[in-house]
Amino acid sequence: MSEKVLMKGNEAIAEAAIRSGCKLFFGYPITPQTEVSAYMSKRMPQVDGLYLQAESEVAAINMVYGAASTGARAMTSSSSPGISLKQEGLSYIAGADLPCVIINIVRGGPGLGGIQPAQSDYFQATKGGGHGDYHLVVLAPSTIQECVDLTYKAFDIADEYRVPVMIMGDGMLGQMMEPVSFPEHDDSVTFDKSWACSTTGMKRKKNIVNSLYINPDELENLVWERQKRYDLITEKETRAESFFCDDADIVLVAYGTIARVAMNAVKKARAMGIKAGLIRPITLWPFPEKEIQKAAATAKSFLSVEMSTGQMVEDVKLAVNGKCPVEFYGRTGGVVPVPQEILDKIVEMSKKL
Amino acid sequence: MQKEFIISGFGGQGILFIGKLLAYTGMKNNYQVSWLPSYGPEMRGGTASCNVIISDDAIGSPLVTEATEVIAMNSPSFVKFEQSVAPGGTLYYDSSLVSPNPTRTDITYIGVEATKLATEMGMGKLANMFLIGKVLKESKVFEMDVIFEALKGLVPAKKPELYDLNKKAIEAGANL
Amino acid sequence: MSIVFEKPHALSDVGFHYCPGCTHGIVHRLVAEVLDELKLEGETVGVASVGCSVFSYNYFECDMVQAAHGRAPAVATGVKRANPDKVVFTYQGDGDLLAIGTAETIHAATRGENITVVFINNCIYGMTGGQMAPTSLVGQVTQTTPYGRKIETQGWPINGCELVSQLEGTALAQRVAVNNVKNIREAKAAIKKAFTYQTEKKGFTFVEVLSTCPTNWGLSPQESMKWMEENMMPQYPLGVYKDKGAKGE
Repeated sequence: MSEKVLMKGNEAIAEAAIRSGCKLFFGYPITPQTEVSAYMSKRMPQVDGLYLQAESEVAAINMVYGAASTGARAMTSSSSPGISLKQEGLSYIAGADLPCVIINIVRGGPGLGGIQPAQSDYFQATKGGGHGDYHLVVLAPSTIQECVDLTYKAFDIADEYRVPVMIMGDGMLGQMMEPVSFPEHDDSVTFDKSWACSTTGMKRKKNIVNSLYINPDELENLVWERQKRYDLITEKETRAESFFCDDADIVLVAYGTIARVAMNAVKKARAMGIKAGLIRPITLWPFPEKEIQKAAATAKSFLSVEMSTGQMVEDVKLAVNGKCPVEFYGRTGGVVPVPQEILDKIVEMSKKL
Repeated sequence: MQKEFIISGFGGQGILFIGKLLAYTGMKNNYQVSWLPSYGPEMRGGTASCNVIISDDAIGSPLVTEATEVIAMNSPSFVKFEQSVAPGGTLYYDSSLVSPNPTRTDITYIGVEATKLATEMGMGKLANMFLIGKVLKESKVFEMDVIFEALKGLVPAKKPELYDLNKKAIEAGANL
Repeated sequence: MSIVFEKPHALSDVGFHYCPGCTHGIVHRLVAEVLDELKLEGETVGVASVGCSVFSYNYFECDMVQAAHGRAPAVATGVKRANPDKVVFTYQGDGDLLAIGTAETIHAATRGENITVVFINNCIYGMTGGQMAPTSLVGQVTQTTPYGRKIETQGWPINGCELVSQLEGTALAQRVAVNNVKNIREAKAAIKKAFTYQTEKKGFTFVEVLSTCPTNWGLSPQESMKWMEENMMPQYPLGVYKDKGAKGE
């Protein structure tokens, strides 16, 4: 474990990626994630890695596609409008079973929207975004230390299951500084890369990285095979944290930095004698249904708190499956809720119990 | 301990740096800390602000809405954040730049002629350090030697002379 | 018994899906012969594009990566940057390279990306059934220009070689054709020069090959060759537009 340093979320993610063995980063500037690129442009040459500023987000994700095709660990980073541009590439990457990591430091939308923190890309990240039957694994850190830990994890998940993994933060997480340490990266774990296009050397049959299958039966088989991997990911990689849920009447569900704001509200509610709890999904896809279901067995109501007009709440409702009411509280457009307004909502709900 | 700061002023006044000094000192002394800047299309002469939390416990929201200390280095910041001071808290301001018009009775106001005094001492760019010196002395969030030790870690290795200058400015501010 | 003619090793032993009379087969063979002669098959990664050449990943014996429409130069950049000492080429058509992929083409060239681009220009979108391409000629009738390409609505054809030759990162920009034996020999020499320059790390190498599309042009293969000579060559003159390796440059 390294000494603690004070770092911005954007920089911590970049450093963690380098320590994870990422040697190729393709970027394009956009607020509020530009520090990832700036950090990479400084650090990559020091570790014999590559930072390349692409001509567009479209080009950057396709460069990641190319680099990942060779078996290398590659990453790109952007914020909401840029991530929209990357959707084509993400679909191809998923379709070609390529491992890579994508950072989305979310800002308000739609369109150019704003540059302040938001969570309004939840649907895009967890429900597809690009075309076709595929998923991104979506990790949602809530602290800078977790940015580091989940970046390490993201590369391993990507390589183990041959899937693209997105780390989704918001502008606040990207910009804020907290103490962080970089655990020793376990480089001993290796992954099968026999599929990679790193030239045959005339010693093996050629490899093809491809997502095109004209024969429907062949394509269907491959898509179902991939679905089995998604099922395995759901079984093995789903993560969430629960606080005070054992006896909670009102269970809040919130992720990322908003989970921290919600936590303040939960503690204040407890101090007022309201039995509130909090579930913090760490993986947004796969969504932690079991954690929700467990809490739903005893809770009287749920409250999804988001910086959106209500996106994750749909997954909460699916998981709760009608066992109790699910309410929503959200701010959007770059407005970050304060604990008091969440507390007010909890108090209002407690009166209905 | 839980101290929550809002630090605000013009870009170029070293607003973010004194926030970082507080957060860094906290980290070096095993507190939980967070530093959250406002960000946007801002530049020199525009507005700059940051939120710093120093706490014994894990920090929830990094957004400060009820500050124990507000540090305002210009008039717009004084007006904007006066209502964000928690009851019993303190609003520090640079009285050479801010003409105060206090509206609250439940908080303490402390004005320091930071920019004027710093300029008189030939350290015009270190008004922020004068002000933070006063804040440190009054708030007692850290002992002076703890701050100076941390300052060593923030001064660029290539410009060691900055350490002495900053230390001098903090001391001068604290002795006001 | 002596062998006087055989399939290049770098060309896979499978049947092409290309239409009868299509010149893709000739260009594939030329690329494969060059890979054989330069002994590069085992050192090369090819990048297939979208269009008729979409299945080219099936036809070359080197590792092959299939790219999204227009993105081949970006994908090739990723491959090359991960393996700077290996050889990387893209094989792209006119719609892919000069419509949807113009930005990727121009920026790969201006970075001096050390890759080889084989550009098939036949003035039409073949795979989708004969629509107007960015290189379609003024007045050319296609499925989406049934009254002929009009300047007022569709503007002028775009000349790839002339365009990339203006960029400092381009080491070779040459336009060739595969309409007769002499030109086919020149086309092969150009492709060979491009791959050679790449191994010498000279920069971006670009070979534009004037090709035919008998099916979508509605002509016989022989008529197509004639159409190319009479209509395409005036708009797209053959020649070397840039050669950093040539004497005097």
